[in-house]
Amino acid sequence: MASIGFNDSDLLDLQRRLVILRVGLLLVVALLALRLWHLQIREGPYYRDLSENNRTRSVVLEPARGLIFDRNGVLLANNVPSFALYVTLEDVKDRPALVAQLASLLNLEPEVIQKKLSTGKGSKLQPRKVKDRLTLREATLIESHRLDLPGVMIQVESQRNYPGGPVAAHLLGYVGEVSADQLEKPDFADLHQGSVVGQYGVEKWFDRQVRGRAGQKSVEVDALGHEKRAVVSDKPVAGDDLYLTIDARLQKAAEELLGEESGAIVALDPTNGDILAMASRPGFDPNMLSKELTNKQWVEIVQNERRPLNNRATQGQYPPGSTFKVVMAAAALESNTVTPSTMVRCNGGYQFGNRLFHDWKQGGHGSVDMNEALIHSCDVYFYTVGQRMGIDTIAEYAKQFGLGQETGVELPSERVGIVPSTAWKQKARNQPWYPGETISAAIGQGYVTVTPLQMASVIGTVANDGVSIKPRLVQAVMNRATGERAEFPPTVRGKVAVKPATIALIKEALADVVTKGTATRAKSSLVTIGGKTGTAQTAALRTGPEKDIPKKFRDHAWFVAFAPVEAPRIAVAVLAEHMGHGGSAAAPLAKDVIEAYVKAYPEVLNGVPAGGRTKSADARPKT
Amino acid sequence: MIDRVIDSRGLDSFDLRFMGLIAVILSVGVLSIYSVTHSQDTAFPFYLKQLVWILLGTIAFLVMYLSDYHKIARLAYPTYAVILIMLAVVLVMGKSSRGAQRWIPIGPFAFQPSEFAKLVLVLVLANYYSRVSRAGWLHRVVLPGLIVLPGLLLILKQPDLGSGLSFLAVYAAMLLMVGVRSKTLGVILLLSVMLFPFVWEMVWASLHDYQRERVMAFVDPDYDPGGKGYHALQSRIAIGSGELSGKGLYGGTQSQLKFLPEGHTDFVFAVYAEEWGFVGVLVLLALFIALIWVSLEIAARAKDTLGALLAAGIVAMLCFCVVVNIGMTAGMFPIVGIPLPLVSYGGSATIMTMASLGLLLNVKRRRLTLFY
Repeated sequence: MASIGFNDSDLLDLQRRLVILRVGLLLVVALLALRLWHLQIREGPYYRDLSENNRTRSVVLEPARGLIFDRNGVLLANNVPSFALYVTLEDVKDRPALVAQLASLLNLEPEVIQKKLSTGKGSKLQPRKVKDRLTLREATLIESHRLDLPGVMIQVESQRNYPGGPVAAHLLGYVGEVSADQLEKPDFADLHQGSVVGQYGVEKWFDRQVRGRAGQKSVEVDALGHEKRAVVSDKPVAGDDLYLTIDARLQKAAEELLGEESGAIVALDPTNGDILAMASRPGFDPNMLSKELTNKQWVEIVQNERRPLNNRATQGQYPPGSTFKVVMAAAALESNTVTPSTMVRCNGGYQFGNRLFHDWKQGGHGSVDMNEALIHSCDVYFYTVGQRMGIDTIAEYAKQFGLGQETGVELPSERVGIVPSTAWKQKARNQPWYPGETISAAIGQGYVTVTPLQMASVIGTVANDGVSIKPRLVQAVMNRATGERAEFPPTVRGKVAVKPATIALIKEALADVVTKGTATRAKSSLVTIGGKTGTAQTAALRTGPEKDIPKKFRDHAWFVAFAPVEAPRIAVAVLAEHMGHGGSAAAPLAKDVIEAYVKAYPEVLNGVPAGGRTKSADARPKT
Repeated sequence: MIDRVIDSRGLDSFDLRFMGLIAVILSVGVLSIYSVTHSQDTAFPFYLKQLVWILLGTIAFLVMYLSDYHKIARLAYPTYAVILIMLAVVLVMGKSSRGAQRWIPIGPFAFQPSEFAKLVLVLVLANYYSRVSRAGWLHRVVLPGLIVLPGLLLILKQPDLGSGLSFLAVYAAMLLMVGVRSKTLGVILLLSVMLFPFVWEMVWASLHDYQRERVMAFVDPDYDPGGKGYHALQSRIAIGSGELSGKGLYGGTQSQLKFLPEGHTDFVFAVYAEEWGFVGVLVLLALFIALIWVSLEIAARAKDTLGALLAAGIVAMLCFCVVVNIGMTAGMFPIVGIPLPLVSYGGSATIMTMASLGLLLNVKRRRLTLFY
């Protein structure tokens, strides 16, 4: 019953046909083997190359920027870990969709992302940074969508952080992504899109030292471009640490003294040029500026009328007002225009041609010599000596004191102010110098402009007996890996050609300014202070009481000072914009800064340098 | 009584060789599946699941081995009917994956009736041909063709090109075995050549986009590495980069890093080739040849036509799957979803293959028995 249709011969026939199957099978398997031999042996190396390229992506490891400390080791700038989002175009399947997705996940404009993806050099295999400082929430959101986001990678990087917030913002500066223009320059040749560089302050000036060297890791990725494991690591090298000359306590105190007013306070050690504090208000929070700002935020900052980004200490150019009389006194005595005992009669005004130049004091100071003219800031005296000297002599001495030129401080975009002279006017204005203009210049008005840092340097030069030291912000750079500390020694800029007797006379007069002159409000019970007030007019002749004048037309208040008078260790320049008289508005601030300094470094009262090797210095708290 | 006599003979050395080959090939599969999926963090990893399938497959093997294949063959038509119903059910309420509906969900698992349909078709055709006489091509070609057709259409409708082709292959192998006369074979070939353009047109129109893309990708896989030819190219890179001795276990970057899709299922051969190289490939090919050789031996020594046809059908099905799977991963054929028997991960395929091999050994076991 089993086999109805087939007989035995059929079975034999069938079995014979199985031979065909065997032969066919061997043939086909031989073909397969041949094909595999071709793939694996003949073209094997080619496919191996393809597979290597398939899986490795080279990822740049951003270095940690060097830390920034104050002179006592107080931390001013460090790094904190944060998430950065990268996109590898090679692994992106659908770019418009990805852009749209990222835009909604990160709450960014699609155009911004599009721009990030299309700028910068490098191949499609080079991951591009789209956003840093992701919040934990954003990072988690991205991670949880990673399967839908091929080519997207979250990297933990170190981000710049300024623990003090806005403290010392202008001199520390801030960091930001290297711009397309910067990338073209040789200084930034080893950088790439997404690298972070200093964009302002010492962060910018010392960027090459602080930047560090980027490392690289070869990352094995899967087909979605997601990291599987790192293959090779070229470790990034952290940047060098900076030790600034500033004292964080003094810096903070100076900023708080200015408060909400606009202005600048510079305090430096006249013996070595160390800038102890450099405050500029209004300020900003560098933490915020180091983030990626939206266009709107950026416009808000840049178009702010009070210009918070401006470092008034080095970039603000103001007429020095009567503080210029310090330079005038040295010039008049050294050029033998007057002797210390030469008397000038002050009736409250100075007639030149058909114009009357007023003294600040109605009715005048009577007959004054150099000492009295400085103590009471007699304008007529300096009108007279200025007129006798001529503008070019004034300019010569002003330049000796460092005006009209860069102080050389380690900050970008330092302004130089103006020291007018006949040559300058011819060159800058293409006009001859008019003698009447000398009279304005003699009391620090007219064309004369200076920066607060320049004025601190001027008063410091006087305090240091005519030896001008280049102001400096950085004491040392330390290599983190080797621990090697490279100190920057003080640099003498020059010695002004002024006799010691002249310097002594000026210093004595400036001490008297505080004890019995225009700056009695700077008198301190802790320390002897010498100084000079200044009131810089911002608008031409005005009449009427101060309080009726709109604030933006009010005078700038100046005070330059040094202390202790006997062995000066600190020189201060205070500029308070639109605050009126130097004696009332600026002098008290200078006194407070000096007192704060003396309290912090009591040894300076004994003629010992601040931070000198004394017991009290060692016991100093570090915060 | 006779059964007892046979049983008492136990497993001879031939059986041990057969079983040994199966075990070794299964091990290769589990190892490759483990290699490609071990990094996945799941409570029940694929290689463990595959071991479960192998266990179930062993039971299926024993059931098919211990029952009389004549009895099994008698159940062919009803089973085929059940399978057709299941294939229809799949279309209505099956689980979709990548544009195709092939699975019936059973708890956490999915049952793929089209896999079992192949074995059932072997049974049906063997049963059919063992009963009909060699009377004309109507009975030999057309009628069996009509039996094949509903299953084929249902499978193609899913669509499952791979299973459909296997289905056709079984039919073709059976035709070859029962001895289509040279003249008939000639007519069929001629008609095929003449009708090919029309059939192609019909088939092409019925294909899904992804299937068309795969066919196009086969023509030129380098054309668009990220798109249509992606699978084919990545598979070729995986195999090729294995070179002579391979990258070693877990060293297959193509598959480990997921450039190679379906590394544990249809493209498991590429994973194996990448990790073990040409040497490993030759070993695996030799294992398959040995297994098929032994199976052909069984077919050749079958005591009756039904046994011979069953064995031949099963061997043909096995050969087809092995050759097409390796051929497609190596870029010789278009990519159709055909797993590598005993190696690829997959419950339905593993159980079905093991059952087929059990049936095969059953044919050998009954070789010396008399008719009952």
